[in-house]
Amino acid sequence: MLIMIIGVGFLFALPNLYGEDPALQISGLRGAELELADLDRIKGELDTNSIKYQSAAIVNNQVEVRFYDTEAQLTSKKALNHSFGEDYVIALNLSPATPTWLSDLNANPMKLGLDLRGGVHFLMEVDMSAPLKKFVEETVSGFRMDLREAKIRYRRVSEVKNGAQVEFKSEEDLDNAARILKKKYADITFKDSTDEGFILVGTLGELKIKEIKENALQKNITIIRNRVNAIGVAEPVVMRQGAERIVVELPGVQDTALAKSILGATATLEFRLVDQENDVRSAANGRVPAGSELFYRQDSGQPVLVKRRVMLTGDHIINASSSFDEYGSPQVNIDLDSKGGSIFSNATKGAIGKPMATLFIEYKPTGKRDHDGNPVFKKNIEVINVATIQARLGRSFRTTGLGSPQEAQNLALLLKAGALIAPIQIVEERTVGPSLGQENIDLGMQAIMWGFVLVLFFMAIWYKGFGLVANLALALNLVLIVGVMSMIPGATLTLPGMAGIVLTVGMAVDANVLIFERIREELRDGKGPQQAIHQGYDSAFSTIADANITTFIAAVILFAIGAGPIKGFAVTLAIGIATSMFTAIVGTRAVINLVYGGRRVKNLSI
Amino acid sequence: MFAIRFKETIEFMSYRKIAMIFSGLLIITSLVSLGVNKLNFGLDFTGGTLIEVGFEQSADLKAIRTVLDSNNYSDAVVQHFGSSSEVLIRLAPRDGVKAVDISNDVLNVLDSAGQGKADIRRVEFVGPSVGEELTEQGGLAMLTALICILIYVAFRFEWRFALGSVSALAHDVILTLGLFSVLNIEFDLTVLAAILAVIGYSLNDTIVVSDRIRENFRRLRKGGPEEIINISLTQTLSRTMITSVTTILVLLALFFKGGALIHGFATALLFGVFVGTYSSVYVASTIALTLGVSKDDLIPTVIEKEGADQDAIV
Repeated sequence: MLIMIIGVGFLFALPNLYGEDPALQISGLRGAELELADLDRIKGELDTNSIKYQSAAIVNNQVEVRFYDTEAQLTSKKALNHSFGEDYVIALNLSPATPTWLSDLNANPMKLGLDLRGGVHFLMEVDMSAPLKKFVEETVSGFRMDLREAKIRYRRVSEVKNGAQVEFKSEEDLDNAARILKKKYADITFKDSTDEGFILVGTLGELKIKEIKENALQKNITIIRNRVNAIGVAEPVVMRQGAERIVVELPGVQDTALAKSILGATATLEFRLVDQENDVRSAANGRVPAGSELFYRQDSGQPVLVKRRVMLTGDHIINASSSFDEYGSPQVNIDLDSKGGSIFSNATKGAIGKPMATLFIEYKPTGKRDHDGNPVFKKNIEVINVATIQARLGRSFRTTGLGSPQEAQNLALLLKAGALIAPIQIVEERTVGPSLGQENIDLGMQAIMWGFVLVLFFMAIWYKGFGLVANLALALNLVLIVGVMSMIPGATLTLPGMAGIVLTVGMAVDANVLIFERIREELRDGKGPQQAIHQGYDSAFSTIADANITTFIAAVILFAIGAGPIKGFAVTLAIGIATSMFTAIVGTRAVINLVYGGRRVKNLSI
Repeated sequence: MFAIRFKETIEFMSYRKIAMIFSGLLIITSLVSLGVNKLNFGLDFTGGTLIEVGFEQSADLKAIRTVLDSNNYSDAVVQHFGSSSEVLIRLAPRDGVKAVDISNDVLNVLDSAGQGKADIRRVEFVGPSVGEELTEQGGLAMLTALICILIYVAFRFEWRFALGSVSALAHDVILTLGLFSVLNIEFDLTVLAAILAVIGYSLNDTIVVSDRIRENFRRLRKGGPEEIINISLTQTLSRTMITSVTTILVLLALFFKGGALIHGFATALLFGVFVGTYSSVYVASTIALTLGVSKDDLIPTVIEKEGADQDAIV
């Protein structure tokens, strides 16, 4: 069993020796799968630019080109971007040069943390007040519609905290309304009061609020993932952290400004009818009618009065592209999902011939925080276009009247990448340049080597023969740590992680020191060598276990509450404890039995 | 031949009053310094922006400061980091400015400092709320670790030992924090990790000693608690020393070879291992002894426990 574990450990540690090749990872736009024709096209382009490459192949529906040096990698990225930038997403990458027989076994090298390979780490916080507010607004207009349909008269519907309230003229209306609304809105709790007028208040339940937040976070994650893919990064990480935060890791990205602007932009469209019944000028002077809102044109600054009711929101948009209309002016073509299509089709049915405003809504972080510590965003709404609804609009339509082709392109990109459901703010950023990453690897390796050699030396002098056995166990321990780290998918090696390995090297011999000191004691007490070995291992065991379990507890706690790089330290420490117990107890025992077992021994080399 | 042999039992416990006074003084110094100097919390906890840039030749800090000054970054702390061509710039969190843009802006400003092109080595931005949370979490981590360990040790040993070993841990943590406060070394996340590792290490030591004390209480028929503790400490002394030596060896390697980024980490651990070794001899045992640990506390429960232990070993 010992041999098997060591064998597996070696096997999985092996890929780490092969290093990495500079590579390009080329994928299709919007996750399109690349085919042999694409591969040939790319190969052809590389050949015409006479760039030497190691190999080019299709891996996981993407084309991967390996180079001999980073120079070739960079020049070819430029060349390919120039020729195919419109068709493909091209990302720089370092591909592990693991031989195929090893990667077939799923043996891959350790993942390196951003502090070792360079890149950007963002922690983004989602502003949850926006989706809640949106839901409340929808509820308000929903109440209005349902009451109108049921022909129940009400004085007014207004927003309250996490809900809506309706005022009625009579108790009878209140009761009727309560009955109808309760039936329809199961996740809203209703409370009526007749103290001051007849008021029905509906508030969202905790569960519903949680669900809204959860949805918003999930959607934002999907959207950010799309945007990250659009930037062109190999092996990006986008994952949630807690209830309101998203971690984004972009290895190898240096232009953080670009990454930030793409990731952080929050834009959405809303389509609403223009209010023609009321006068725009009097509204601009401050008398905005109840069912309408006043906004200004993005281009000319002219006021536009639009209805409050939203016909369609941007989250139903599944694709958007820019092109030119028949008069040569820029336009954006928009495709909706099926739900959006039917909503829009219903909403435009009765509005043919009426003008519709396209509102561009942007959330810009102000950098300020409210008293609860939540980031404050400024909601900026502008009218980008007013167009007459020519026909009943379905799943596919276009909007015109944009200022420039560039503007159309930007808008299309933002819409395509998806509108963030809730505005987002970067609350933490860590960027590590590639030079520092490599330096960190070198420093970490040096520290491990020096620590390792010093301990080897010390143990060999102090315990002689047994010391050599302990050294063997220590070397094995290193191999096992690397092997286990490579095996666990979620484990990444960071600089503190390397420090953890160094520390483990120093502490791993402790188990052997305990055992060997025991053996010496037993020998001093006059026991025979075989018995001393036996007793030494046995009586040291519970001490070793106790001591290691407590350190393990510390490592687990560190992992549970630590952030990023600290987790790396906790992981190597925990793995190191487990492997060192194995090698120091089982490993050395096996070797010592092999050397001294089954024969009469007079002296132990200890 | 190199083994440390102690024929005589060393009378550790007869020095315990001196040790207690010594520890007490150190703790008071640490607490006073923590109260007055406070900890020099790093970016991870305070929030703010940190930018490390590399220049091709050694950088003139004065020129950089002047340029930053004239661009509204008069609060910037500029210093060399690691070598003279690398520069570290720290900025406190600011209100009203889109914090994320600061790093880009500063890099543009640096390019105009006449020092050649600045190569980004590292940018860290931590929002103030994230920093606050980390401080809370960090403190919580430390407390949770101490409590979990207290429970484990109380379960495995006896409450007096548990209290002794946790006091030893608290002693080590306070002294290490004190060192960072007195020397005004930056306290960042890696240092927090190091302190938790110190807890693990120090405990390791304490447990080995306590294990031996328990064993000797059961095995040796004669001798008072003080004598038995002395015997146990003497018996484990060589192990304590050797493990400390190997750990200190690797930490020295880390300190000198690991680079500037983990200096704080290595410093905390080096000091912690030192103090941890001392505290497992003096603080843990002394407290167990002062609390009146005696044979009677261990022996009655031993009879069942012995069996359980044997099972575990085999």
